[in-house]
Amino acid sequence: MIKKLFTIFALLFYSFSSFAQADPLIEKVSKKLALVNDYVGEGVMKTDVSFIKASLGKVKVYFKKPNLLKVKKDGGISLLPKGGVSLTINTLLNTKQYSTISAGTQVLNGKTLTVLKLIPTDENLDWVIATLWIDPVEALVYKTATTTKENGSYEITMQYGAYANYGLASKIIFSFNTKDYKLPNGITLEFGDDDAAAKQKALKNKKGTVEITFNNYVINKGVSNSMF
Amino acid sequence: MSVIQVNNISKHFGSLKAVDGLSFEVQAGQVFGFLGQNGSGKSTTIRMLLSLIHPTSGSIQIFGDSIASNRNKVLEEIGAIIERPDLYPYLSAKEHLQLFAKLRSKKITPSSIEDTLVKVGLQDRAKDKVHTFSLGMKQRLGIGIALLHNPSLIILDEPTNGLDPQGISDIRNLIQHLAKEEGKTILVSSHILSEIEQMASHILILHKGKKLADGPIQTLLDPNKMIVHLTTTNDEQAIQVILASSFSSYLLKRSAGIYLSIPHFEIPLLNQFLIQAGVGLINVESRNSLEDYFLQLTSNSN
Amino acid sequence: MKSIISFELYKIFRRPRTYIAFGAIAALILVIQFGLKVDGQSYAAFLMKDINDTLTVDGNVLNGYLICYILLQLLLVHVPLLVALIAADMISGEANLGTLRLLFSTPFTRTQWVLGKFIAASIYTIVLLIWLAILALFLSMWVFGTDDLFLMKSNYVVLIEQSDVLWRYVGAFVFASFSLLTVTSLGFLMSSIANNSIGPIVGTMSAIVFFTILSTLNIPLFSMIKPYLFTTHMNNWKEFFDIQVSDNNEAITGSILNVAKIKTSLIVLSTHIVLFVGTAVYITKKKDILS
Repeated sequence: MIKKLFTIFALLFYSFSSFAQADPLIEKVSKKLALVNDYVGEGVMKTDVSFIKASLGKVKVYFKKPNLLKVKKDGGISLLPKGGVSLTINTLLNTKQYSTISAGTQVLNGKTLTVLKLIPTDENLDWVIATLWIDPVEALVYKTATTTKENGSYEITMQYGAYANYGLASKIIFSFNTKDYKLPNGITLEFGDDDAAAKQKALKNKKGTVEITFNNYVINKGVSNSMF
Repeated sequence: MSVIQVNNISKHFGSLKAVDGLSFEVQAGQVFGFLGQNGSGKSTTIRMLLSLIHPTSGSIQIFGDSIASNRNKVLEEIGAIIERPDLYPYLSAKEHLQLFAKLRSKKITPSSIEDTLVKVGLQDRAKDKVHTFSLGMKQRLGIGIALLHNPSLIILDEPTNGLDPQGISDIRNLIQHLAKEEGKTILVSSHILSEIEQMASHILILHKGKKLADGPIQTLLDPNKMIVHLTTTNDEQAIQVILASSFSSYLLKRSAGIYLSIPHFEIPLLNQFLIQAGVGLINVESRNSLEDYFLQLTSNSN
Repeated sequence: MKSIISFELYKIFRRPRTYIAFGAIAALILVIQFGLKVDGQSYAAFLMKDINDTLTVDGNVLNGYLICYILLQLLLVHVPLLVALIAADMISGEANLGTLRLLFSTPFTRTQWVLGKFIAASIYTIVLLIWLAILALFLSMWVFGTDDLFLMKSNYVVLIEQSDVLWRYVGAFVFASFSLLTVTSLGFLMSSIANNSIGPIVGTMSAIVFFTILSTLNIPLFSMIKPYLFTTHMNNWKEFFDIQVSDNNEAITGSILNVAKIKTSLIVLSTHIVLFVGTAVYITKKKDILS
């Protein structure tokens, strides 16, 4: 489901570029994002969920205008945060079904960021509020926080590097709340494992995050629709 | 040359003395008959010779070596079957021989396996599984396994047990052949005395774990004494009369019939004595055989 | 000794009973594989119910590696019973058949016979394990393909990279061979005591069931003896499939969470093997062959 979040993330910016909003900062961000028609981002994904032990894995992120996005692990099984399944930000953007509220500024990692809140005007939408932390000088979004009706809250934090001019992050961190995980011993056949509880305790109290660190983007070289 | 030398061996199973202070010798080239009723200690002794049972006391030497300290060396020169011919039902006769050939340090060639099959008359059933064999065939295969490595000493425990007359005859012929033609030393046990009588040159009689007699058959069977079986007009009265007379020492204790071990020249006197005592003599049958000797010894011992 | 081993192996592999275990393993594996091939997705969905609340799992979860793990979990509990069928019959079966006296009157010591028979039974056990590996691992890899191993344990999930899996199976099978050899040696010990076939087989199976129950019951009284029971350690092949994580909660490829646990288990199992076989040798040496 990471692709859904990506969809939120990417299309949110895409929407800024396509549909100029009243807010001049969003307009500025949108303009930057409009430079990208498609891209293939290569990076390393790290899944950090309390009950999951997974190693780093290479991923490729494919994007194509207006709303196609796919995260593919380079072979193997990928674990992606679920959420925003029914959140069709595209619809929102197309219909401009949100209003923007300025929420002042906030310092995040030494940067002074403008905080904007998006509130959907259509009650049928799955998300109830989205907050964006935008650097007004660079016109880059550093953080988003989305609250959905059914899938909880998500935070997406971005860091920028070589591809900042295109508004493409060098690192994206998805944060989300995890639910408890438990399988009965009768199914796993792990009887008599005395230290199982200790093992689980050691893993507890960690918020789930999925991090993708990009090391390369191929921009506007065309991406086949078959990728999605 | 002494092939087997047993010195005062005993085997106790709890309070039961299965073998009690037994000593004997078997010389090279002898067919040594090991006689005794069921439970007399024959199998226990044979198992001690093969180190299947550890003696409680005493020592056994075979080919001059102690079985206790040179077991493997001694067993290399022995071929044996012990009681029933127990084999692997899922293997064929030939497979048995091929398998047991692996357990011998002597090189046993495929042709000697074929020869052994011929020797025990199983060449036509070589590939048949043992579970299809009759008891006699199993016994012959057991002997085949014992002969496979051409041992100097062959120990056969009750080899004719459960066999039909033809089977018994085959085994007897084979033993005689091995002794006479191949010069093997053979120790054969049986409770069928007539069999031993026909095969053995020497015998040992074992009863309740103790030796009653041993030596060459000819010396054991005293030609001066005859064992006679009397049939009279009144057996009970005859026994009473004999017991009260000077003939009482000749009387052999038997469950049925009247048997006496008596010098042949005294038989007419006995006849006369019984007539005078009012007992009519219907028949006097001479039973001067090993069986009678054996019965005489064991009944006296009882 | 070599002749005894080849003698015994020949007999083992000519006995119809030997193939019961091979047949039973093949039947069980093929049935489970068939079931998972036909309806594996719903089984996977059931297993991943909790995970799917939070995450989307993308990839071939139900691949050969996971199938093999599932099969081993199910089978390695029961294979000891099949091993007992042969091992517990090695001495007593011959005593019952009457052939033991034939063997023990050959120019080999009883120690040689017992050790030779144990080695032959161990070879049988290992061949059985190889058969299990061929069907459970390689056939599953062929039928279900390969991917990362997505392992759902009771309290957490381990995702092991595809390239990091195969050596763990090698380790697990080597470990399992120690577990099964412990059963072989226990069967041997039982076999050296009795003179009939059924008693030691049933005895070995009962001992395995009895000690397995003690090992799995979480009752403090039994917890004291648990570390010394071979059944407690027999299933620790699973430790090869748990992985260390760094401070950043990144799984460390090529690592094993609890190497010490595996080592301890191997020591306990090896000690049992030596004790069981040693006692079997002692008993057989002292024994009068009366049958």
